[in-house]
Amino acid sequence: MIRSLYIAKTGLEAQQTNLDVITNNLANVSTNGFKKSRAVFEDLLYQNVRQPGAQSSQQTQLPSGLQIGTGVRTVATERIHTQGNPQQTGNSKDVMINGSGFFQVLMPDGTTAYTRDGSFQTDSNGQLVTSSGYVLQPPITVPSNALSMTVGRDGTVSVTTPGTVAPTQIGSIQVSNFVNPAGLESLGENLYAETGASGTAQAGTPGTNGNGVLMQGYVETSNVNVVEEMVNMIQTQRAYEINSKAITTSDQMLQKISQL
Amino acid sequence: MDRLIYTAATGAKHILEQQATTSNNLANLSTTGFRAQLDTFRAVPVVSEGLPTRAFVVDNTVGADFTAGPMQVTGRDLDVAVKGQGWIAVQMQDGTEAYTRNGSLQISPNGILQTANGQTVMGEGGPIAIPPNTTVSVGKDGSISSLTTDTVPATSTVVGRLKLVNPEQKQLVRGDDGFFRMQDGSQAQADPAVTVTSGALEGSNVSAVDSMVNMISLARSLETQMSLLKNAENNAAKATQILALT
Repeated sequence: MIRSLYIAKTGLEAQQTNLDVITNNLANVSTNGFKKSRAVFEDLLYQNVRQPGAQSSQQTQLPSGLQIGTGVRTVATERIHTQGNPQQTGNSKDVMINGSGFFQVLMPDGTTAYTRDGSFQTDSNGQLVTSSGYVLQPPITVPSNALSMTVGRDGTVSVTTPGTVAPTQIGSIQVSNFVNPAGLESLGENLYAETGASGTAQAGTPGTNGNGVLMQGYVETSNVNVVEEMVNMIQTQRAYEINSKAITTSDQMLQKISQL
Repeated sequence: MDRLIYTAATGAKHILEQQATTSNNLANLSTTGFRAQLDTFRAVPVVSEGLPTRAFVVDNTVGADFTAGPMQVTGRDLDVAVKGQGWIAVQMQDGTEAYTRNGSLQISPNGILQTANGQTVMGEGGPIAIPPNTTVSVGKDGSISSLTTDTVPATSTVVGRLKLVNPEQKQLVRGDDGFFRMQDGSQAQADPAVTVTSGALEGSNVSAVDSMVNMISLARSLETQMSLLKNAENNAAKATQILALT
């Protein structure tokens, strides 16, 4: 009936999605290891009502045509894997990756998931697990009589036990890296899964092959910047208002036509 | 039949089309690197045996607004904004070259630099491959270097340079997919004068104020066309009244 109504509708939808992404970022401002997302927009197809350069007579050509854009769509919500701020906790089971890489955890269905949240705990068997109870891979079992646990920069985990002077190495934490971390699928619970877009996981020792190093006693806080999100929110709200104004105007134009 | 209604009807029809373009600009207020569409009305005089009293109106897309949009700092390594005039060349699925201002780049699973919706970014010597496990940085001149932290000190290798072009604006046309191309289908020459900023994106250059004012003015001129149609109807009614045989 009237194109501008539908075109403005796509604008409203896009701004709505943008606000969804912004509020999710703001809701996760205190989530350890959270990576902010941003909505990516692109313009929709253009309708060539009249092709420029078409012959208007045998000798003449149309100098310009008529192209009508049909609006906007959200093409992706892209995760931004910049480093979050380190927060010192002093807890020996809190480990942070300084640099790129992901901890690997074993999911209940046998697949491997990846996380940046290094606030680990021990389960009833003494294994290091995430807050959701998924076992860190390769598994590391802390003996029940351990006095203290140390995680080295390169992922080496050692414990001191009563009666021995030298610390005993009980395993080492590996990190995985991806060619395109933005292509990882978000699973919730701070976890990501490998996809065709992310490339295959390349596990390695922290500090080698471009992997980040481990820092014990720290957690990585969310990389959401509250000020940036607030500014984005204001911009989104105004853009939403303007698009709804376009709908009102289109509606009023239709009303004028129907009043004939 | 009365000719007035047809003249007024073309006005109304093309006002609705230009309103669609205005809505499209407003819908793309947040689209990275979007260039506003420019539409104008053109008069098409009616050539007939009678007096030249009428001109129909036709809506025309004359091109795009090529002024630069606002810079938004994102801090992401692979976000590239072109400063001033210039374009980033990308390769479409059919092998042809197209140009965009949207510099939100990504690395494909095969390590090739591409745009957010999967077009391969053209380097000066073809597609740019990024070695795995490295940090990428984009220089002012579009050169892409990868930094590996395996060695101490960290070594930086130049892996390619973005093909940045700046053809004459009148040669660029917008395709159906929103990418710009050369009018004659050729490939633009790389221009060393085009510079980029990394860690920033260029916003849409749509002016919300301009578009809103344009929208109001279009709505009002539609009202004028509608009242012309009403007048024509009244005139016809009056004429019928006079001629009625009572």
